[in-house]
Amino acid sequence: MTFISRRDLLKAAAVVPFARGFQPAARPPLENLTATEMEILDAVVARLIPTDASGPGATEAMAAHYIDHALGGPLAASRQAYATGLAALDRFARSSRGAAFAKLTPADQDAVLTTVESGAATGFTGSPAGFFAMVLGHTHQGTFGDPYYGGNANFVGWDLVNYPGVRTMVSAADQSSLESKMMRPNHKSAYDYEFTKASGQGRGPAR
Amino acid sequence: MATRLKETDVVIIGLGAAGGVAALPLAQAGIDVVGLEAGTWLTRKDFAPDELRNNYRGWPQGIQKANQEIPTSRANASSPTSPRGTIHPMQNAVGGTSLHYWAQSWRLNPWDFRVVSETKKRYGASRIPRGSTVEDWPFGLEELEPYYDKVEYEIGVSGQAGNVNGTIDPKGNPFEGARKRPYPMPPLRGNQFLDRVAAAARSLGWHPFPGPAAVNSRPYQNRSACMYHGFCNRGGCHVDAKNSTAVTTIPRAQATGHLKVVTRAHVKTIEVDGNGRVTGVNYLSDGADYFQPARIVLVASYTYENVRLLLLSKSKAFPRGLANNHGQVGRHYFSHNQGAGVSALFPFNLNAWYGLPAQGIAVDNWADDNFDHGGLDFIGGGNMWVYSDRRPIAAAGMNTFGRAPAWGSAWKTFIRENADRSNTAYIQKTTLPYEDNYLDLDPEVKDPLGYPVCRVTAEFKENERQVGAFMQDKMEQWYREAGAIAIQRAPLGGAMGVTTHAYGGTRMGDNIETNVVDRWGFAHEAPNLGILGASVMGTSGARNPTLTAQALAWRTADHLAKNWKSIART
Repeated sequence: MTFISRRDLLKAAAVVPFARGFQPAARPPLENLTATEMEILDAVVARLIPTDASGPGATEAMAAHYIDHALGGPLAASRQAYATGLAALDRFARSSRGAAFAKLTPADQDAVLTTVESGAATGFTGSPAGFFAMVLGHTHQGTFGDPYYGGNANFVGWDLVNYPGVRTMVSAADQSSLESKMMRPNHKSAYDYEFTKASGQGRGPAR
Repeated sequence: MATRLKETDVVIIGLGAAGGVAALPLAQAGIDVVGLEAGTWLTRKDFAPDELRNNYRGWPQGIQKANQEIPTSRANASSPTSPRGTIHPMQNAVGGTSLHYWAQSWRLNPWDFRVVSETKKRYGASRIPRGSTVEDWPFGLEELEPYYDKVEYEIGVSGQAGNVNGTIDPKGNPFEGARKRPYPMPPLRGNQFLDRVAAAARSLGWHPFPGPAAVNSRPYQNRSACMYHGFCNRGGCHVDAKNSTAVTTIPRAQATGHLKVVTRAHVKTIEVDGNGRVTGVNYLSDGADYFQPARIVLVASYTYENVRLLLLSKSKAFPRGLANNHGQVGRHYFSHNQGAGVSALFPFNLNAWYGLPAQGIAVDNWADDNFDHGGLDFIGGGNMWVYSDRRPIAAAGMNTFGRAPAWGSAWKTFIRENADRSNTAYIQKTTLPYEDNYLDLDPEVKDPLGYPVCRVTAEFKENERQVGAFMQDKMEQWYREAGAIAIQRAPLGGAMGVTTHAYGGTRMGDNIETNVVDRWGFAHEAPNLGILGASVMGTSGARNPTLTAQALAWRTADHLAKNWKSIART
């Protein structure tokens, strides 16, 4: 039997229910990307993991914020690739579809992204397919990674794949509960557990 | 000018899986050991259940030495260099990669020690693949058995024995060589999906069994049992239930008073005197140079660094690198990390979120020479391993089996239903050493100190690709029997690259013309230099190397302790 605390239940209840047009209440300030770059990236992640009938997507997870933040730290090596890649993507949208990427219809955006993914898009400095794979990978990180890093807001990514949450102990009874579909998501980050709050070096990992 | 430290009996370079084991029998014999470790101590507080950090950003480490020395690689001498990795497969820390490895703790099977003689006897000499430099080991499994046993009990291994003193137990692996006693702990627990795949294997007439793991299935030596929290894959253990040397042999050796652990010690070269005997080790720590004199030097720094250290340690006695006057350092390199995996999609949830890669079901029917190769055009085979391990980012990146694109609404619908419905088998395959697969120093790429990094020149040959294709057929058959509705096969191997299962380079054998170390693990050319790790192994079998590397390390240390006066010349 899995123990679910009152605090967990309250937290679960506090999760914003999915609604079309949902936007985070307060948008975090930009840290590394320019406003123009962020507008394009926001539009890209919204097509990669769309908000649709099956629930919230990368927008609600705040995956673009995760990327913007990480580009100043652990993903710093990719900062230049985002600058040139997002600009090339926008130029390709204008030349092939007649408008900035963020202004295109979802269908046109998908057509542009498909061409980039296939490597056939023109005007990129490096490989368009490589740029696409990088953004998709980081969007996964920002949607399905631990919320400690700024993405997966309100655990929407973990709920999407039905991941029941970070636990430090899973007994045989807990496993049976999972197998009989009785285990509820606990909506806990690794860093909600006391032992993780200070590492041996006296701090948590770089976010 | 290096500070000359007080002489010690033995210096061990690298306190990881192998060096951390060797320290214990030496210290227990009263021999003074200095363990030089490039990394630092890490403890359970460093091991948060965090997929992003463990699996995408490199695992927690205090010191990034290895990441600045990642080997370069290419398929063969005329092919271009492959893209260089950004994370070294090994980590620097007390306990080394045994802190976060999968902890599968296999013994080799009897055939693995006698590939050449057994193949010639059963099929004829023509069946040894052309260009292979494979040799029989200088001894058989029976010689290593007591050391396997010692390590299994000292560090703690969970598993189901299949052959105790010749009595076969059908719950275990009927193909394993005889062991003197069962494992110290029962196997890790199963789950619904693993029970299903085991039943499927049995219905095919095969012999499934739970694999061995250096993870506590119950409390052992005052440490906790496994919590199955799902972050064991490249993660350290938050309750010390993974039996790294940092929580087993190293603290036990320290308790004798005969092991001094020196962290943040970046070893540069090994010194040699005019007679070709090693005299100690040069290392750098926090910007200062030290020379640690020792009667015996044991190199235990992983295959790539073992080879690099020897090649960098040039002297009058060894102008081509330490113990390399016969040109064998770096030769007979191989890795069985071919890939060539098989993934399956099931029409039901596998409930794999809470498990570990060492929790699974193995089948050995198609490994080694456990089946007749008379009508086949390869030797060897593979161990098939179905295990329970899943985390959310990896689940999102799952193969969509041609049923959905990789992104967008259709993908999202697919992933919502199938994120917990796929499984990818781990199939480790016989891989042989070949004349033109080797390690050397890269002519251009250097580490931050200006020393060349190791270069891998190696590719999978025809025998290995044949094994790969054969095993994919068997694995698909197994998955289909268990109810899989779709199968994807990864491509067969090309370039070998830089891996966690790297063998050879300082091979063990009686013949000085083809081997760097003798049957005890000491260099033929420099008798007070011992080498520990899978770099001494001449065959890989079809399973993880660590336990064999540890058993060999214990044996080398035990031999040294018992023959101290003659080897150390005191």
